[in-house]
Amino acid sequence: MYAFSKIAFVAFASGEVGGPLDVNPGLIIWTVVTFVILLFLLKKLAWGPILKSLGERETFIKDSLEKAEQAQTEAEKLLEENKANLAKAEDEAQKVIAQGREYSEKLKDQMLEESKAEAKKMIEDAKSEIEGKQKEAFNQFKEQVADIAVQAAEKILRENLDSDTQKKIVQKYIDDLSKN
Amino acid sequence: MIYKTAETIKDTLAVAEKTEDTGWILSHVLDGNYFDFGFFKIPLPQFELFGIDLSITRHVAVMWLAAILLVLIFRSVSKAYSKSKEPSAPKGVANFMEVLIVFVRDDIAKTTIGKGYEKFLPYLLTVFFFILTCNFLGLIPGSATATSNISVTATLAVISFIVIQAGGMMKNGAFGYFKGLIPHGIPVFLLPIMLVVELLGLFTKPFALAIRLFANLTAGHIVIGALLGLIFILKTYFVIPVSVSFALFIYLLEILVALIQAYIFTMLSSLFIGMAVHQEH
Repeated sequence: MYAFSKIAFVAFASGEVGGPLDVNPGLIIWTVVTFVILLFLLKKLAWGPILKSLGERETFIKDSLEKAEQAQTEAEKLLEENKANLAKAEDEAQKVIAQGREYSEKLKDQMLEESKAEAKKMIEDAKSEIEGKQKEAFNQFKEQVADIAVQAAEKILRENLDSDTQKKIVQKYIDDLSKN
Repeated sequence: MIYKTAETIKDTLAVAEKTEDTGWILSHVLDGNYFDFGFFKIPLPQFELFGIDLSITRHVAVMWLAAILLVLIFRSVSKAYSKSKEPSAPKGVANFMEVLIVFVRDDIAKTTIGKGYEKFLPYLLTVFFFILTCNFLGLIPGSATATSNISVTATLAVISFIVIQAGGMMKNGAFGYFKGLIPHGIPVFLLPIMLVVELLGLFTKPFALAIRLFANLTAGHIVIGALLGLIFILKTYFVIPVSVSFALFIYLLEILVALIQAYIFTMLSSLFIGMAVHQEH
């Protein structure tokens, strides 16, 4: 009893009304008013623009990342292509060199062959010429022999035609001939 | 006998006012018509309208202070965003607030509500920052904690309740929403019981929200008051270091509680909205 009245009096004396669980209708009304006004103000002033620009930034970042990725794949593709091209060019160069080498080899062989053939032909020509010359010389020699024989016959006929002298004369001409 | 009783009450009152009066602890927690800064008091206007006491009590004043602070802060944050045309990294206050906003959006709204969370985001952000600011303002000596008043927390919980029900009904239709409250495939004879249970469940959720916020924010202040009151009850200077260090510890704990309770209120509101909107889960 004393305790209760004490609390009641103390509460009354210090100007406090009620305890922590008391419901105050005025405060409820103020809370509703404050909160609803705050909600509308912040929605209009802050949340709308902030969330919008946040979303915009996020899409911007996402787009940038996507673009970067795309660029990277493209660059990689280009690099790969370049590498392939380079390899192809190298191959081609190698091929060209090989072809050139082959061609030159062929040319060398051909030239060698040609020169050999020409040399052979020249030798042949020379041979045939020599042969012709020999023939000619032999013919000339034959003619000369015939001439000499005729001249010798003429001489024999003019001089005394005995067999000894005849023999001697023929011998002499033969000697002359062998001397020539 | 009566005379004696009155005498005793007078004595007790005198003693209580001087020494063992613990009312001062509660007077710090309770609402009042003045700001008490220890050495001086700032009175606040009182008036009535239609028989309702609409006095600007200190809890109302603190709520308004919180609202004004929030509007000022977020207006500047919003300006910082609209100033730069190109998307850029935020700085300073805008950066800090963005962390909280993104936290509420991604870790609270997106995970608990899922599809269609955008509609509830303004409410969740507002309730989060409002409770957070009220909690922190209550930690300033001489100020008052609006969120340690059951009227305030209950009102916030009722607003949450309205948002939850409205969200559920907008998505599923009023009839579909109430039909969806009862789980599928239960026996017919259980229907009346389930109906009562589910309807009760609807109302316990905001009730728990209100009590949790109120109790957490009240308890810390009362504990600090009680610890400091030990000095006057034990009447010795030796208890001062113990009382003050413990009170400081509780104060630091209250900073944590201020954050956690704002988070929990928002998180649970969001969770209930999610449950009301996507009833199939």
